[in-house]
Amino acid sequence: MSHPAVTIRGLHKSFGAVEVLRGIDLDIPRAQVTCLIGPSGSGKSTLLRCMAFLEETSSGSILIDDAPLGFRTHADGSRTRLPAADIRTARRKIGMVFQQFNLWPHMTALGNVSEALKTVQKLGRREAEDRAMVQLKKVGLAERADHFPSQLSGGQQQRVAIARALALEPEIMLFDEPTSSLDPELTGEVLNVMRALADDGMTMVVVSHEIGFSASVGQKIAFLDQGQLLLTGTPTEVFGKPRHPRLDQFLETYLDRGAAMLL
Amino acid sequence: MNSWKLWMLLLQGAGLTVAVSLLSIAIGLAIGAVISAGMLSSKQVFAVPSRLFVSFFRGVPLLVQLLLIYNLLPAIGINVSSVGAAITGLSLCTAAYQAENLRGGLMSVPKGLIEAAEMAGLNATQQFRRIRLPIAFRLTLPAIINEAIMILKASSLVSVVGVVELTRMTQDLSASTYRPLELFAMAGVIYFIINWGLSFIGSYTENAIRWGRP
Ligand SMILES: Nc1ncnc2c1ncn2[C@@H]1O[C@H](COP(=O)(O)OP(=O)(O)OP(=O)(O)O)[C@@H](O)[C@H]1O
Ligand SMILES: [Mg+2]
Repeated sequence: MSHPAVTIRGLHKSFGAVEVLRGIDLDIPRAQVTCLIGPSGSGKSTLLRCMAFLEETSSGSILIDDAPLGFRTHADGSRTRLPAADIRTARRKIGMVFQQFNLWPHMTALGNVSEALKTVQKLGRREAEDRAMVQLKKVGLAERADHFPSQLSGGQQQRVAIARALALEPEIMLFDEPTSSLDPELTGEVLNVMRALADDGMTMVVVSHEIGFSASVGQKIAFLDQGQLLLTGTPTEVFGKPRHPRLDQFLETYLDRGAAMLL
Repeated sequence: MNSWKLWMLLLQGAGLTVAVSLLSIAIGLAIGAVISAGMLSSKQVFAVPSRLFVSFFRGVPLLVQLLLIYNLLPAIGINVSSVGAAITGLSLCTAAYQAENLRGGLMSVPKGLIEAAEMAGLNATQQFRRIRLPIAFRLTLPAIINEAIMILKASSLVSVVGVVELTRMTQDLSASTYRPLELFAMAGVIYFIINWGLSFIGSYTENAIRWGRP
């Protein structure tokens, strides 16, 4: 098997005196869907945000394709923060989808998706918009290209956000509860787009309370509890019986999210 | 002098008022945007001078600033006309207030939007220019228009550096014609109309950038 897309070793993260992640070792396999599950406050978002360097780790290392993210570790174990430009270069391989979509309200769907192509990649307007349209088509929103975020439903906004990330051709897509702020009837359209992306062979890390999605689409499940990885493995290994009591407890609170099929 | 002649002279003064004010508003907004970025910068080399700039121009009376600039510029070898000094003074003063307005707007741009820009690879300058500033501008537009109207009214002070704008013209004419009541009433009407126009531009702009909201 090829080496992992992301390699996390000995990761600790504290906010002030509170240690939120307490020694995480995790490999994100290439071309697979890894699902991070766990109770609220267990550190799922923080871990995902560390992988995008939106949070700085307190110690430990994250390698994206063997390249260190954010910090260079020296022989003596000390580390230096890389310059902002290096961090941006490392991030090029990573796309991120947020719970709150975070579309830029002053730009249309097309504007959101083509922005970085124009501003960062310096493509001409025409080419940038052509490429953006390809992505909007992929998420089924070509005919909404000239709508502003305020004119789109939550599900549509999240699909635009996915298109925006895909336009930059990332190798790894991170999703932080992409459907949690959607009405239940809108989660399906977003999950379908994610399923299609998974079928395309995208490397994905998904934080989700949609246990049903995790169990059916996820190829690797990581169960986080109080800042530590309690379990990792295939869905069968993790969800199969006999089950870890903490996981059992957790699943019971998510019966309505598709966990019922596992019990 | 007949009334028609008086109106013509007043309008000439009004023309200068509008020209000096609009230029100052535009220049002040541009400088204010840069200063607002400086104020929020994590680098002290930018933050400290920006904050000093704002404190100074908000803390010293405009009249004093105008006279200072009018006398300072020639002293350091820059030849400047009355109008030039007036625009410089008004621009710098209004820049301080607009910077403060925009700073408030910039701080209320949701953090997630900036993280999205960060993930899209925009560097700090691109984030400011493409994301943070447009959103902050929209959020603070009412305050920005308000400051524009204030500066238009404050432009009557530039007569101290010898610019014969609307107020000065009115004073001069009432001294020579002994018809102050009539003249200041006319001037009042003109100021009112100009500011009405400015408010109109404001609400037009606000409407034009609704970003799809009803
Ligand atoms: N910026 C921050 N400053 C201080 N504490 C934080 C910060 N972000 C997260 N935390 C804390 O870290 C812990 C883990 O938070 P995190 O958001 O990673 O949990 P989560 O597993 O994503 O939870 P949820 O399912 O509710 O989203 C929580 O106790 C939270 O209060
Ligand atoms: Mg979370």
